[in-house]
Amino acid sequence: MTGGWFRIYAYGFLLFLYAPILLLPIFAFNDGAIVAFPLAGFTTKWFDQLWVEPALHQALKNSLIIAVAASILSTCLGIFAARASTRYTFPLKGGLIGMIMLPLVLPEIILAIALLVVLLGIGIPLSIYTVILGHVLVCTPFSIAVLTAAFQSLDKSLEEAAYDLGETPASTFRLIILPLVTPGIISSLLMTFTISLDEFLMAFFLAGTQPTLPVYIFSQFRFPKSVPVVLALGTVLVVASIILLTIAEYFRRRGIAKTGGKDTGGFL
Amino acid sequence: MISPTALYALLLLAAPLATIFAYSFLTDGYLTVDPIPTFSNYTEAWTNEVYRVVMLRSLGVSMSVTAATVILAFPIAYYVSFYVEPSRKSLWLFLITIPFWTSYLIRVFLWKVILGFNGVVNSGLMGLGVIDEPLTFILYNTNAIVITLAHAYAPFAILPIFVALEKIDRSFLEAGKDLGETGFVTFVRVTLPLAMPGVISAVMIVFIPVIGDYVTPHLVGGPEGKMVANLVQVLYLKLDNYPLGSALAVSSMILVGMVLVVAAMQLAIFGVVFKRVAPATPLLLAILTAFAAAQALLVVIVALWLTTGNAVITVGLGAVMHIGALLLLRKKGVMA
Repeated sequence: MTGGWFRIYAYGFLLFLYAPILLLPIFAFNDGAIVAFPLAGFTTKWFDQLWVEPALHQALKNSLIIAVAASILSTCLGIFAARASTRYTFPLKGGLIGMIMLPLVLPEIILAIALLVVLLGIGIPLSIYTVILGHVLVCTPFSIAVLTAAFQSLDKSLEEAAYDLGETPASTFRLIILPLVTPGIISSLLMTFTISLDEFLMAFFLAGTQPTLPVYIFSQFRFPKSVPVVLALGTVLVVASIILLTIAEYFRRRGIAKTGGKDTGGFL
Repeated sequence: MISPTALYALLLLAAPLATIFAYSFLTDGYLTVDPIPTFSNYTEAWTNEVYRVVMLRSLGVSMSVTAATVILAFPIAYYVSFYVEPSRKSLWLFLITIPFWTSYLIRVFLWKVILGFNGVVNSGLMGLGVIDEPLTFILYNTNAIVITLAHAYAPFAILPIFVALEKIDRSFLEAGKDLGETGFVTFVRVTLPLAMPGVISAVMIVFIPVIGDYVTPHLVGGPEGKMVANLVQVLYLKLDNYPLGSALAVSSMILVGMVLVVAAMQLAIFGVVFKRVAPATPLLLAILTAFAAAQALLVVIVALWLTTGNAVITVGLGAVMHIGALLLLRKKGVMA
């Protein structure tokens, strides 16, 4: 046994990290309208109710449209930025990258009100499209973080070999670079999809009359009787995001193995 | 190549942020924002008791969250970096990041369930006979906010510290041991300074966003736990007072910036003093001396504030004195 006390602490900390997620299914299957102990027995009725909530279905549909669009757009932007930052030097590089990565540390409320003011000022009505704009802003830094790792592990000599063999920059990108970074791209798509699906504050400010899933969940917290249904929904979401993330992690590792790199860490 | 992304960020990030900044100097009219430049929003934000209390509370909460998160995160990062086999490290990191990816709203709500009157903590402790009545100080106040946010931001603190620890050349540590130092001394003299870049980025990545968190104070903070973001939301969506809302948002960022600058100054003084006294004094005494020297700056700033009551004088004189002290210490260090 290595690590001694550190090991015990580490397992204790994992328990702390997972405590809410472990409780989630307990209350989602609990046959009581009040979310508290003692438990009242097993039921799946909260899950059954998920099927008959039209507002929930509409919110889910909005969220899925937004998440698909935001993940594709932000990954495209991420490819540009990651490629540029790993291969080229240009004036103001640090400043520009810093600006693009800013949403990673800036409180979301500030991004949300800033976008709200500008969109209303220009006269663009709030809808799922405005949420997409906001989510792309939030997702792009994460996409860049994943893709920079993918582009960095590329061997430059592969590219040069392609040029020497007469390929154009465009065909080199398509034939050599793209296949090698594809795992990174898939990983970025899944990650940004998950972030967008879960993002609340931007959607809260920018969605207008078209709520997303988190906005719907937030509104339901006001009504104690609908909380168990929300927890059932949460259980489904947690299972779905763990599956998505496991796939993302698989592709990230495969990508690193493919380019012959050493696995140095997680997503961020 | 970077142009599309930079353009997007320029249009939808830089321009809106500049707009917010501009709005914070405008006058709020009925249903309109009048283009009359004014400082009154800032005067209101910094002197009105309601806003001042909330801003100071937000600052206190984010400082506590940052301290708790970073201190709790360090041993985890240390364990994963130094004790976990290399082949299992990414599994550990994956396990640490998973909770972060699951619905934030639902996680926060579950903390309410855990900390509540009939919650997990209370029924557990009562079941064990540790307490007779449910604890009430753990929900609907700032304690609950700190616990919940420390949980939510844990991965953001663990990962940068882990990355910094991974970069440490292990032979330095062996060198420390070979030279007869104990494990603790090696940790303080070698590991900790080399891990500082990771600790600093952990502090930044937790401290800045936490001050603007909306969901956690709303759900677990109760009426006495409102933070800046809750006020900004009310000012924006309910009261339609964009200029004051913008001024509050900008003010909270100014506050964050000031705290970070003071912290950076303290760190700088600590480093310089420690380097000067460490060779000749026992380790613990050197740490205490450097710490006291760093705190002297804070005392000066507080004293300036209390005697003059003027923010400009406090900031200006504090900065000048700090730079002077640092230069003086550096110079003496060279001479010695």
